[in-house]
Amino acid sequence: MPLRNNRLTDDEYKQQFGDIHPPFESHSAALVEANRCLFCYDAPCTKSCPTSINVPKFIKQITTDNMKGAAYTILTANIMGGGCSRVCPVEKLCEGACVFNLMEEEAIPIAKLQRYATDKVIREKWPLFERKQSTGKKVAIVGAGPAGLSCAHALSREGVDVTIYEKESKGGGLMTYGIAAYKVTPQFCEEEVDYILSLGGIEILYNQELGKDITLDTLQNNYDAVYLAFGVGLARQLEIPGEQLSGVVNAINFIYDIRTNNYPAIPVGDMVAVIGMGMTAIDAATQAKRLGAKEVTLVYRRTQQEMPCTEAELNIAKLDGCKIIWLAAPKEILGENGKVTRLVCHVMKLEASANGRPTPVITDEIITLPVDMVIKATGQMPFEQLVHSNHLENDKGKIESVTNIKGVFAGGDCVNGGKEVVDAIQAGKEGAELILEYLF
Amino acid sequence: MADISANFLGIKSPNPFWLASAPPTDKKINVLRAFEAGWGGVVWKTLGSQVKNVSSRYSAVDYNGSRVMGFNNIELISDRPLDLNLKEIKECIRLFPDRAMIVSLMADNDRQSWHQLIRQVEDTGAHGLELNFGCPHGMTERGMGAAVGQDPEIARQVVEWVMEAATIPVITKLTPNVHSVVPTGRAAVEAGTHALSLINTIQSVTGVDLDTFVPNPNVGGRSTFGGYCGPAVKPIALKMLTTISQDKITSRVPVSGIGGIETWKDAVEFMLLGATTLQVCTAAMKYGFRIIEDMCDGLNNWMDEKGFKTINDFIGKSVPALTNWEELDINYHIVAHINQDKCIHCGLCFIGCEDGSHQAINLSYGNPYNTYTIKEDECVGCNLCKLVCPVDNCITMTEQRKGDEYMNWKDFQRKGLPLNDH
Repeated sequence: MPLRNNRLTDDEYKQQFGDIHPPFESHSAALVEANRCLFCYDAPCTKSCPTSINVPKFIKQITTDNMKGAAYTILTANIMGGGCSRVCPVEKLCEGACVFNLMEEEAIPIAKLQRYATDKVIREKWPLFERKQSTGKKVAIVGAGPAGLSCAHALSREGVDVTIYEKESKGGGLMTYGIAAYKVTPQFCEEEVDYILSLGGIEILYNQELGKDITLDTLQNNYDAVYLAFGVGLARQLEIPGEQLSGVVNAINFIYDIRTNNYPAIPVGDMVAVIGMGMTAIDAATQAKRLGAKEVTLVYRRTQQEMPCTEAELNIAKLDGCKIIWLAAPKEILGENGKVTRLVCHVMKLEASANGRPTPVITDEIITLPVDMVIKATGQMPFEQLVHSNHLENDKGKIESVTNIKGVFAGGDCVNGGKEVVDAIQAGKEGAELILEYLF
Repeated sequence: MADISANFLGIKSPNPFWLASAPPTDKKINVLRAFEAGWGGVVWKTLGSQVKNVSSRYSAVDYNGSRVMGFNNIELISDRPLDLNLKEIKECIRLFPDRAMIVSLMADNDRQSWHQLIRQVEDTGAHGLELNFGCPHGMTERGMGAAVGQDPEIARQVVEWVMEAATIPVITKLTPNVHSVVPTGRAAVEAGTHALSLINTIQSVTGVDLDTFVPNPNVGGRSTFGGYCGPAVKPIALKMLTTISQDKITSRVPVSGIGGIETWKDAVEFMLLGATTLQVCTAAMKYGFRIIEDMCDGLNNWMDEKGFKTINDFIGKSVPALTNWEELDINYHIVAHINQDKCIHCGLCFIGCEDGSHQAINLSYGNPYNTYTIKEDECVGCNLCKLVCPVDNCITMTEQRKGDEYMNWKDFQRKGLPLNDH
């Protein structure tokens, strides 16, 4: 069977890609949860947030009807606090640390409350931040993703004029292009970028790719400092026979297509295998299912114990009817007439390793899955060539936050190799501090 | 099964729970519903001179998302025709002869008016009278309600007039809007009242609307001091009740306890401090009459558990345990202990003690969970940490006496023992 689009009706698409975490219906509903918060001292939730949002404070502010204060508390720590409330793996961050877990009670729905406190503010562009008078200093940022935007906002607040060069036609980076649409809608992504820009002093130039449309040299010459936040992007290859067959795609491109086209336009197979068990694998698997694939199977070479995605994410996939094969690693992809027909996997077993994380080892057993689509979600690689061509010192493509080039700083996925959105936002804040120190 | 029935001055009721004089008892339809639900008795909403009420009438204080922690009203006595009230009272007595029917009264301030009102009410077959000396608003401006209860001599005079005419038991209801309820209580007892009831509502302003700047409740852009009641006033009521239970004159008569009673546990506390019957209003207004079921059931189970056969077995049992501060044992000393297995690391004990008490909790930083332990040498045994801890029995107070013998402040001074040095 070939890949096919237009599998569902408009209403079905709408339902499949609706908001998976609906917001509070009313202020009273938010108050019920907000009032449960114990207002912990030196709160574990705050300590578990990479951007250190003062969670008890903003929740308290919701209960006192200080909605402006609540939003400021969130956004001053994390300018994309609205987006993070939708995409953060909170069960392993703030909500996972909520002390109620230790009482075997439901954690405070921090993300939902955070969304409640920020939705209106972002939509209506409340002017919570005031930009200091322009200092005349100019900074160029490469990449309008979470790290770039966060850095830009922090710099502009201090009176620095920021120009962001973005290779895509929209801002938001992975928030806009790399995350399942039912978690964060395209419309919200646009609103969030617009909110950040509403501060003033930040200009985004779209369709400007480093190494193609612009060069680092030019940026260095035209600006007082440069911040590189171009992320990671290249999908890791499986390096197995059959990878070139039609029907084998990588998850990044698959999700990108979903985020940039209408849902009915996206082709998907009947029998889909997704390789990997990270957040991106889950996003690809669930969306393939939601686009109308008959059967989606996640294939992972380790076990649930070692999987990179959270339990909550796994449950989304399970509830969507995705199957899971643990301890299986792709051996080869077979096809007919250039089109994929089967995925052959080694059955794996785990062996103890020195670093504590068990190593998967090939056994004699083989399993074969009949498939017409294979989605590879085995991680992203840094833009190694781009980094080398610009003479940036690096570790397998990962660069440093203070680069070897004077006045050139970096942060986010291109430094850390690919972490959560919230980590990139924190990196942007820290990058801005480094730059301000350098400039003044 | 324990016997939870009450006998108050010969007025019998199947349980000690009466509805207080208030909106739930101002007409037949409510009172019959209350009796059907199981209430032991009612105090019919105050009858007296003709009044007219305003709109709105109530306001409340919420706390951390919980509604009506305190309740406030500016309603006056019954605004229905006296004849209608009397007719309905009679019918209610006929339909539920086993329930207590007390009628609250507030006549104009002269002997004739009181005598006439008492005669009319006694004709209904009511079992007792309650004198409303407590209403804090509206009636006071006319020299009635709290205006009577706040002046022991006026109260004495009115009770004397009442006793001249009354042939059924008389309960005098006291106002808490005084520095002590005892003087008026004594005057009423000396003038012959058969019993006391307390407390009436406490004068209050429950809040101010931050948009209109008008205090609550808003009556066409203005407000007035109202009477505060509900769970928030219970501790104040318990204190006032205790002073009545401890006074040698007022303790001669039985007491009907009122003030924020919402559960059987509240009721038992009032009884342990001297109340024989309990009057409830706010809780019934908030939840309806159905709350009576658990009040009876819970009281019964508790009495069984404690081995009490009748309510008389424990009424007043806790009164002797309340003493003057000077009688307290200074050598009694407790220190807090945090059970690390139960601790959820919220840090509330730490910050409370650090900012609000005696800096007696040690913080050891962890990620994300800190560890909190008690510095026993610094702990004064104040209970604050235990009170703010959200986990039951996580923080316990253990006794570590400072000395074997009982020693109060007077002994301590006489012996010239050293005061704190820090």
